[in-house]
Amino acid sequence: MGKKKNATPEQLQYQELEKKHEMKRPVVKNCIKAFLVGGFICFIGQAVSYFYIYFFNFTEQTSGNPTVATMVFFSMLLTGFGVYDHIGQFAGAGSAVPVTGFGNSVISAAMEHRSEGFILGVGGNMFKLAGSVILFGVFSAFIVALIKTLLIRWGVI
Amino acid sequence: MLPMFFWAFVVGGLFCVIGQLLFDVAKLTPGHTLSLFVVIGAILEGFGLYEPLADFAGAGATVPITNFGYTLTHGAMQEAEQHGLIGVLTGMFEVTSSGISAAIVFAFIGALLFKPKG
Repeated sequence: MGKKKNATPEQLQYQELEKKHEMKRPVVKNCIKAFLVGGFICFIGQAVSYFYIYFFNFTEQTSGNPTVATMVFFSMLLTGFGVYDHIGQFAGAGSAVPVTGFGNSVISAAMEHRSEGFILGVGGNMFKLAGSVILFGVFSAFIVALIKTLLIRWGVI
Repeated sequence: MLPMFFWAFVVGGLFCVIGQLLFDVAKLTPGHTLSLFVVIGAILEGFGLYEPLADFAGAGATVPITNFGYTLTHGAMQEAEQHGLIGVLTGMFEVTSSGISAAIVFAFIGALLFKPKG
């Protein structure tokens, strides 16, 4: 998806050729797979939430936290045994969007770079992929919370 | 209890469908998509919309990565109500801690235990 503007005629020709041979992505089929797998992961998450509500005295509001941690634990096991990659290939966004996908990106990076040592390899590369999620999460949360706090301060809302 | 499971499935699934559409139609990379999701979560919480969704859909709202943006903002807002502006910084990870600490701890354990599979 190069820039259209500054392309030479040859490049434009090539882009058209590329477009012709590019595989049509089966969008509907992919969406159904993503829906089923993503829904299933959230379904398990719900079961875990109820587990914490009934056995550890969490409320419906606070059960999200231990649930997230448990889902990351599951994702460690699945990643470690090499299952999560297969799920990911089948489900696309269905396995990437839930927090297990976040866990998978951290854990697989940590495992992959182990051969480079624990400090520079594991420690340095762990958040290679997940770092952007943390950065933009924290930064946008900061901006949103700042604006909202100021607005409340000034009596706007 | 049963409707909760149903809505968790449906809402969580719909989040993933939106993600898949961003992959396939908007041709975003997973990194871009997930970053966008987190930002959306934070903004939704800014308008006070995410909490009702979490009450309604349970894990359908807390398991997708949007929840990360939501809890960050939520923690920041909670602390800001008590301590003013500085609370935005100090409260940020108050609620979110579990996801990140779990990811760090389990990733390290995983790196110790498992060898990568091709």
